[in-house]
Amino acid sequence: MVIAAPTTTVAVRVLGVSAGYDHRAALEDVDLELPPGSLVAVFGPNGGGKTTLLKLIAGLLRPWSGSIEVLGQPAGQAARRIAYVPQAEQVDWSFPVSVWDVAMMGRYARLGAWRRPGPADAAAVSAALARVGMLDTRASQIGALSGGQRRRAFLARAIAAEPDLYLLDEPVTGVDLTTQEDLMALLQEETARGRTVIATTHDLAAAAEHFSTVVAINRRIIAVGPSELILDSELLSRTYGGHMLVLGDRAVIMDDAHHHDVASGHEQHYHEGAGERR
Amino acid sequence: MLSLFLDPLAYDFFLRALIAASLVGLVCAVVGTFMVLRGFAFMGDALSHAAFPGVVVAYLLHGPFYVGAAIASVITALAIGWVSRRGDLRSDTAIGVLFAGMFALGVFLLSLIPHYVGDLFGFLFGEVLGIGVGDLIALVLLTAGVLAVVAVLWKELLYSTFDPLGAAASGLPVEWLDYLFLALIALTIVVSLQSVGIIMVVAMLVTPAATAQMVTRSFGRLVATSVVIGALAPIVGLYLSFWLNTASGPTIVLVETSVFLIVLTLARLPSRASRALVESA
Repeated sequence: MVIAAPTTTVAVRVLGVSAGYDHRAALEDVDLELPPGSLVAVFGPNGGGKTTLLKLIAGLLRPWSGSIEVLGQPAGQAARRIAYVPQAEQVDWSFPVSVWDVAMMGRYARLGAWRRPGPADAAAVSAALARVGMLDTRASQIGALSGGQRRRAFLARAIAAEPDLYLLDEPVTGVDLTTQEDLMALLQEETARGRTVIATTHDLAAAAEHFSTVVAINRRIIAVGPSELILDSELLSRTYGGHMLVLGDRAVIMDDAHHHDVASGHEQHYHEGAGERR
Repeated sequence: MLSLFLDPLAYDFFLRALIAASLVGLVCAVVGTFMVLRGFAFMGDALSHAAFPGVVVAYLLHGPFYVGAAIASVITALAIGWVSRRGDLRSDTAIGVLFAGMFALGVFLLSLIPHYVGDLFGFLFGEVLGIGVGDLIALVLLTAGVLAVVAVLWKELLYSTFDPLGAAASGLPVEWLDYLFLALIALTIVVSLQSVGIIMVVAMLVTPAATAQMVTRSFGRLVATSVVIGALAPIVGLYLSFWLNTASGPTIVLVETSVFLIVLTLARLPSRASRALVESA
């Protein structure tokens, strides 16, 4: 069953948004408009607000000021049409769940409290696992997986949710090249069907090669445009500031690949209360 | 030999104690599994101690103890959740402050009572053999209620425990589920107070799941294994306490602790053997 989504000309519209944690600002005065079907890489230095931007769009964090519209509704209202995949390092890999269990979680929100997963859900999960190449590994506990398989399992969860908007935090960080190619091919298929993908990344080469749109961010939006923008060393230097060295014609970014975004222990979850109880 | 097992059953109080302790072990194992996965062991200890002033006030007002315990424990649970969510204090700090403060309030109120109150000491260390018919009925109803809520919200609790961000982004009411879970812990503790007592409830909550974690990596089997341990250990413990003439609550807890230690030892053995193989190769 496909239920017609409200027609929108933008997938995500962020207007004048400032946000942060406690009293520290992570983003200031952000404006951003992304059309449906975009394949967007968000890049910038650690602490530059990449994850914060993703959480704002996901409705996991309430902005201090400004407005956010996602899939034609205020942020947080269209939750069932959104799939969010957190950074790998935020996941407890010793948790006693299998690949299948994780992918099935993508179906939970649409099921509601009283219903158990049925044959349609099992079929959707099987199809999602087949697409990421994890059907044979479905019974494995997630801690037994390689880095690439872990990202595949979480992408299967997102696909199983059949979302209109994918929000992926570092989906290709620390994965092997084959996995990176496979995952990007999948995301390109999804955007070809009109779904929107927004991913944060540290990997500028991957961003330049695989994404159609890039957003350079360092507390503010530095630039939004086609992925060729990444080749602009002047833009890179504005984005990364002191974290970048220019060596001849090559820019070297002095930034480690780990997550240092400001403390995120107490986001405001504000889906509830607004008629969103399902 | 058989009479060793059958004779105690002739006593109504023993039969009631068996049913009560086994139910308590079961509900503690279910809720405790989610607690262990959330890293909430300390929270269990805190909420049980926080129930004490409620018990004393209920005694002073001649009301049922579980109402007093439930009010004190649930309020503390929600207060801890609220304080730690606001982010002014780390949650373990908030727990430490409220837990000791509430327990002190209980002992303070207790010291105001001029006569000896042996009944109340039963709540500290457990007195499952003293459970009356009315207590047992209340226990069955509360247990059924807690288990029903967990059964209905099984997948929501699982998802929000495993990945709160992903769950919230998909539209599950994670904040609401967090508070609900705290309330479930509080109610489970209330159910358990009479059987094992305030000081040892945390063992009933945490030990079965901790034991089960060593033998399985599947969520369903984890819950099933800890339920089996949780429901059987009190039966073994009660018989032991009957035969040895020891206090029932601590005996039950010691049975669970022994099972934990045995499984821990066995779980370590293969890895040690394989390590020896690797080193000799």
